[in-house]
Amino acid sequence: MTTRRPPHLDVDRLIDDRRTRIIVCCGAGGVGKTTAAAAIGLRAAERGRHVVVLTVDPARRLAQSMGLTKLDNTPRIVPGLRFDARNATEGNGADSAGSLHAMMLDMKRTFDEIVEQHADPDRAAQILANPFYQSLSSSFAGTQEYMAMEKLGQLRRADEWDLIVVDTPPSRSALDFLDAPQRLSRFLDGRLLRLLTAPAKVGGRAYLRVLNAGFGVVTGVLTKILGTQVLRDVQTFVSALDTMFGGFRERAEYTYQLLRAPGTAFLVVAAPEDDALREASYFVERLDTERMPLAGLILNRVERLPAAKLSAARSLAAAEVLQSAGPDGGPAGRAGAEDTPESAARVLAAAALRLHADRMELAAVQRRAAEHFTAAHPLVPVAEIPAQPEDVHDLDGLRIIGQAFGPGPQSAGN
Amino acid sequence: MAARDTDWAGVRLHVVTGKGGTGKTTVAGALALALAADGRNVLLMEVEGRQGIAQVFDVPPLPYAERRIAVGLGSQAREGGDVFALVADPESALTEYLEMFYNLRHAGSALARLGVMDFATTIAPGLRDVLLTGKAAEAVRRKGTGGRPVYDAVVMDAPPTGRIGRFLNVSSEVSDLAKVGPIRGHADSVQRVISSPQTVVHFVTVLEEMPVQETLDGIAELQSLGGLRAGGIIVNMTRPLALPPDQVQAAAAGDLDQALLALGLKSAGLDHGPDLVAALAAEVRDQARTAAAQNLQQGRLDDARLPSYQLPWISGGIDLAGLYRLAAALREQGAA
Repeated sequence: MTTRRPPHLDVDRLIDDRRTRIIVCCGAGGVGKTTAAAAIGLRAAERGRHVVVLTVDPARRLAQSMGLTKLDNTPRIVPGLRFDARNATEGNGADSAGSLHAMMLDMKRTFDEIVEQHADPDRAAQILANPFYQSLSSSFAGTQEYMAMEKLGQLRRADEWDLIVVDTPPSRSALDFLDAPQRLSRFLDGRLLRLLTAPAKVGGRAYLRVLNAGFGVVTGVLTKILGTQVLRDVQTFVSALDTMFGGFRERAEYTYQLLRAPGTAFLVVAAPEDDALREASYFVERLDTERMPLAGLILNRVERLPAAKLSAARSLAAAEVLQSAGPDGGPAGRAGAEDTPESAARVLAAAALRLHADRMELAAVQRRAAEHFTAAHPLVPVAEIPAQPEDVHDLDGLRIIGQAFGPGPQSAGN
Repeated sequence: MAARDTDWAGVRLHVVTGKGGTGKTTVAGALALALAADGRNVLLMEVEGRQGIAQVFDVPPLPYAERRIAVGLGSQAREGGDVFALVADPESALTEYLEMFYNLRHAGSALARLGVMDFATTIAPGLRDVLLTGKAAEAVRRKGTGGRPVYDAVVMDAPPTGRIGRFLNVSSEVSDLAKVGPIRGHADSVQRVISSPQTVVHFVTVLEEMPVQETLDGIAELQSLGGLRAGGIIVNMTRPLALPPDQVQAAAAGDLDQALLALGLKSAGLDHGPDLVAALAAEVRDQARTAAAQNLQQGRLDDARLPSYQLPWISGGIDLAGLYRLAAALREQGAA
């Protein structure tokens, strides 16, 4: 059976193109987004770009290898870059050595800064101390996403780097970070909040007066569930934030436009599994709806088997032969019962063959998952990162990942 | 009912958490099947609205209602009981709560239309969480005819490890926002179930750095909160290499005895020459390296001193048969 192979995603061409200013890595949680973002950032820097990688939640050792030890909202220079002549002479226009900075997002602090920037000191202090603000800024499901986008906007405005690579937060859904800014500003602007604020405003506005009839019922129920004190806290909070609504909306709009601007590219990262690729599919469709530029799909942790020519079925059959037959064709003793080189050879070969069969089956499952994706999105280019035997925790590991970003064609592999 | 030694006798609410990608929902499903052995009835509940249970059990999307979805693990002695599933969402839970406590069914839907849930999720996730954990607590307490509990156990496919402490610490999350009032009272009563010895939190992980770190962080968080009990560590997708340890070590170092491998392959009738031998040796080397890295992670988990269970990696993806295999593995190891 012939299956359509997707076009190859040439990440190098993307990062070598000086017009590319922002790369957003997105995808479901647990697929290796952070590693992919770091690998892209490192490779771009070693190919001559001045890069900052914005990460949200890196593995500790990976963070350490990049010189990040705490959440401090400050881009830190990553030491240990290697520039070899080959990188600079491949016509990528690299005229000098690049640089790499990395930072970890502190979402609460980012949020606090926005408040301080948009409200006078008294009011800011009032907001920062409100229990609802504290809840909103530290645990609202979308705050991390919103703040990541806010930070992206800040980094872009600072204009100190010519490429920003963003690793999106490990959300429940890959779509969260696109929705969060609007959800938050919609919320702050919402009907219910307007309703709740109304009593705090003497006189109210005309449309609120109309709503006032229903208002009594709603506050009645809310009071029943929440109690009057909660309702009062919310009202205080909302009216304090009121002056900032405009600012929030403006910022959300700015980020949204930034994501649609030329120079921004989205890379969807997925593991070759149904769940992750389903998320990836939603995301691809969503980007299309939003007219946001998708560069392609990075398929992480793809099984690449050196002995791919040996089928799972043959491998398993051979392992069974080895385990059922003793030295003279008789039944085999328990493992370790015999000490002959022949029996040791059989144990070793059987283990190798079973392992091979397992991995071949995994590779087949992965391939089917990837084929489903490509059947639905035949035009989306794909780059495959082979599964690594160990977690990536240093720059060399990131460089190995980066090898998948070359121009291809990739070996047929398995 | 046959008395049987399990690690969690007396536990009625099993909260299952884990980092994304570790197979949390699958393990929760397998645990429900295992707990439903010996004719017990189990409720499997999900709270994140992603229809994960329906996918794992390969049934159509589930509503906010308790539906029988599978028969528990059977044994020669006795058939399995029933596994029911419930997809709890905050809106429905709120409506139910209002109806149950205030006889206010219509108010619930009116509030939902006004975006009250949006509001609660946004501004005070604790309020939303208490509705979900409240539903689990209610299922645990519910009595049928004759005063017997309707469910022998409730398994909750809970939010991921990073959010579990906050999710379960409802009373204190809510008390930051509401010092007094009905919701506070409700939160306190839910907290009594969650903080009782009837409730444990199991952590699903794979032997990689991030998931293990999150597991350890999660356990530490639960312990620091007080009252919440860490249950077992369930290591998912293990793929042990069937080789003596010294050979695994040699393989990881790249010193696998290729002549020996060639000899073994030959006696299996796979005489494909040195290329195949070298290629298979490379595969064994990679796996041995993985195993060495995994051993390190297992050691870190062992330091947590909690009961630990190993679930095999199932080739070809998990179907219902695979789910029962995992359930059997959990039961054999005493998790259920």
